[in-house]
Amino acid sequence: MKTFYGTELPNPLMLGTAQYPSPAILEQAFRESGAGVATVSLRREGAGGAGQTFWAMIRDLGVLILPNTAGCHTVKEAVTTAQMAREVFGTPWIKLELIGHTDSLQPDVFQLVEAARILTEDGFQVFPYTTDDLIVGERLLGAGCEVLMPWGAPIGSGRGLNNEYALRAMRAEFPDVPLVVDAGIGLPSHAAHAMELGYDAVLLNTAVARAGDPAAMARAMALAIDAGRLAHEADPIEARDMAEPSTPVIGKAFLS
Amino acid sequence: MTVYSVIGAGVAGLAVATELVARRAKVQVFDPGGPPGPHGCSWWAGGMLAPWCEYENAEEPVLRLGQQAIGWWAEKTEITRRGTLVVANARDLPDLRRFARRTERFREAKNGEIAELEPDLHGFGKGLFFADEAHLDPRKALQDLHRGLRDNGVEFHRKLAPTGLENAIDCRGLHARDLLYDLRGVKGEMLVIRCPDVTLTRPVRLLHPRMPLYIVPRGDGVYMLGATMIESEDSSRITARSMLELLSAAYALNPAFGEAEVLEIGVDLRPAFPDNLPRIRRLGRTIYANGLYRHGYLLAPALAQGVADLALENKHSEMVDEDRA
Repeated sequence: MKTFYGTELPNPLMLGTAQYPSPAILEQAFRESGAGVATVSLRREGAGGAGQTFWAMIRDLGVLILPNTAGCHTVKEAVTTAQMAREVFGTPWIKLELIGHTDSLQPDVFQLVEAARILTEDGFQVFPYTTDDLIVGERLLGAGCEVLMPWGAPIGSGRGLNNEYALRAMRAEFPDVPLVVDAGIGLPSHAAHAMELGYDAVLLNTAVARAGDPAAMARAMALAIDAGRLAHEADPIEARDMAEPSTPVIGKAFLS
Repeated sequence: MTVYSVIGAGVAGLAVATELVARRAKVQVFDPGGPPGPHGCSWWAGGMLAPWCEYENAEEPVLRLGQQAIGWWAEKTEITRRGTLVVANARDLPDLRRFARRTERFREAKNGEIAELEPDLHGFGKGLFFADEAHLDPRKALQDLHRGLRDNGVEFHRKLAPTGLENAIDCRGLHARDLLYDLRGVKGEMLVIRCPDVTLTRPVRLLHPRMPLYIVPRGDGVYMLGATMIESEDSSRITARSMLELLSAAYALNPAFGEAEVLEIGVDLRPAFPDNLPRIRRLGRTIYANGLYRHGYLLAPALAQGVADLALENKHSEMVDEDRA
């Protein structure tokens, strides 16, 4: 398994911590999923340490913490939020999210590359939430990122992998870079799909947090991710147009 | 005769005192803030008695215990039984379907029925109508409980409770957090606006994937718009974003809200335990009743009954999670 800035993940599921009905349910979801990484937002919960109690609960989950810059629309906001995150959680990891469009929450890739460069120079280890554009991916690597997190579909949309071709191309183009499908996962089959394509991890939040039974959905996601990863490692067969009998025809008793 | 000392005169404390008095116990109340007012977070509540709607995002006890609240409050203050209307913009219809799947006791309102229920709601083709729900004016409700207690001879002390009280019942919300290790604050922000141009007669919830909001009529063209839910313990100010979201929701319901006057801005912290359900704990000589979260008016009656059961009859209701008397 590839490492993320030198750290091996215990499990290829990165789970968000927003929108759960309660902290108790959030904790159950983490327990059921075995997720190795928790993403946490800071922008709204606040300056001046106002979110301390909640953040302490996240720390108590005992998983790796990946703070994010969710809700940031400018480089300046994102950089400030990242610096605050480093202070609060004592980690150089930052999931860099720079929103370019209010309705689709599509990343603004131009600002993303710039913020990634600034943060990398400042010693951060950046996990950029990006589109599936190869050139943007290249620029992000050029800016110092060692991980790429392309979207499957817009945040919270639950549409799955909108453009499988582009995600395949990205995997083929960057065979040695840890790649994470981030956003758009709605069902376990979507998560399995990402792993079958050879992605190294899946990041999701809404699909679990807003499910009727978040803990059950968290477990379903974990199972699917395991299945997808195993399938990828098992070298699946190629799809073909004609049937290929699984039992040889030659030598079979001729009865009709 | 045993005297029970209720500490804190918010919705929890006043409901507990009222329930104790109803069971013929002798009660006194301590609150340095004095009579009900803006110092308590229940002053800023929506006052929706909406157990079926709340079940969308809450644990089962909220649905079950919340149903008793309508009758309890009806005996103590004025409540309005006109139900709740839940609507969504056309592009957020998946949220309306999800809401319908996770709730009960509603009927679908369509083909002009929304306009029949609330003529001032425009452009909503589909909605859910929870006919059995009710709402009250939280400030009036607190004042009515306060008056009812005084009329029954309950003494109110405008000061901190002395330490070492026997038979104390601590209902101080987040002020008790040093004694309740797993209590936290959840920030809520709300607005009170006046807009005589718009008439809504029941609480309306507008579903939205990022910011579900509600508006509660207070009469005379006054409306309460609420409420944000943020895992933050900073209650100093509303943020611009929250204000924008609250006002856009009102504007989406009816653009005439654009001309509303903003009467009040409320910010406070809801006391909550990790599962967002209330708890009753007896530790030594004190019973702690806390964690009503966003269900102050909905669950205060059940909390009060649970406290009275424990204090007077040593009976453990389901809200009691620890008893080390």
